Amino acid sequence: MKLIEIASVLNAKVTCGADKLDGEIEMGYSSDLMSDVLTLDTSNLILITGLVNLQCIRTAEMADIKAIVFVRNKKATEQMIELACENGMCILESPYSLFKSSGLLYQAGLTPIY
Amino acid sequence: MKLTFSIQGSDFTHAGYPSSEVKKVLKQLDIDGKTIKKIVIALYEAEVNVVAHAWKGTATIEIEENKISMLLEDEGPGIPDIDLAMQAGYSTASKEVRDMGFGAGMGLPNMKKNSDELIIESEVGKGTKVKMVNYF
Repeated sequence: MKLIEIASVLNAKVTCGADKLDGEIEMGYSSDLMSDVLTLDTSNLILITGLVNLQCIRTAEMADIKAIVFVRNKKATEQMIELACENGMCILESPYSLFKSSGLLYQAGLTPIY
Repeated sequence: MKLTFSIQGSDFTHAGYPSSEVKKVLKQLDIDGKTIKKIVIALYEAEVNVVAHAWKGTATIEIEENKISMLLEDEGPGIPDIDLAMQAGYSTASKEVRDMGFGAGMGLPNMKKNSDELIIESEVGKGTKVKMVNYF
């Protein structure tokens, strides 16, 4: 699934990496617990989370995750956006809940990791 | 090549900076992506542990031709029972740490999973030393 389709399904605003929307994402992972994200062996995934802090971007950086969608209308801070852009990530912000976002993306064809 | 970083307890803003710098160096050295990911995840988990539990610490990273050694030394409360701390799910993290998305008792097991060698030494009331080695 292309990032641009993900953004459209989630009615999301692109705050970073607008030039990367043509990129293909295979899987999705929803979590507010970064410790869980750090145990994943997969990398071509989009992280769907309501946890908005700098460590979320750092976690994605270490785990080679190139796309994050912040749900529940949460806004990334300027510092977060700066770090994400530096690392070539795509950041989306969706007004939908974690449950709804995950459901819509699953329905649209994004596959789960487990 | 040797890199040294100081880590401040409770400073979640800068947690991850050393791991990020190490990742950049390893990429320049053309190390395989999967190997880099394992190394930086292990280091990042160790860094978060220092920030979450200790007062202050240092990370000393030594990169040689076929391996990377990562030594994290902190001044802090120490770990009374290392075997217990290694158990998945066991945690003494504060609410603040949990609010940051960590503190689920998975850091040490994940460091073990992602490193080739892991040695932990700790003295209660003084601090903890964590040494990890990964081979390329």
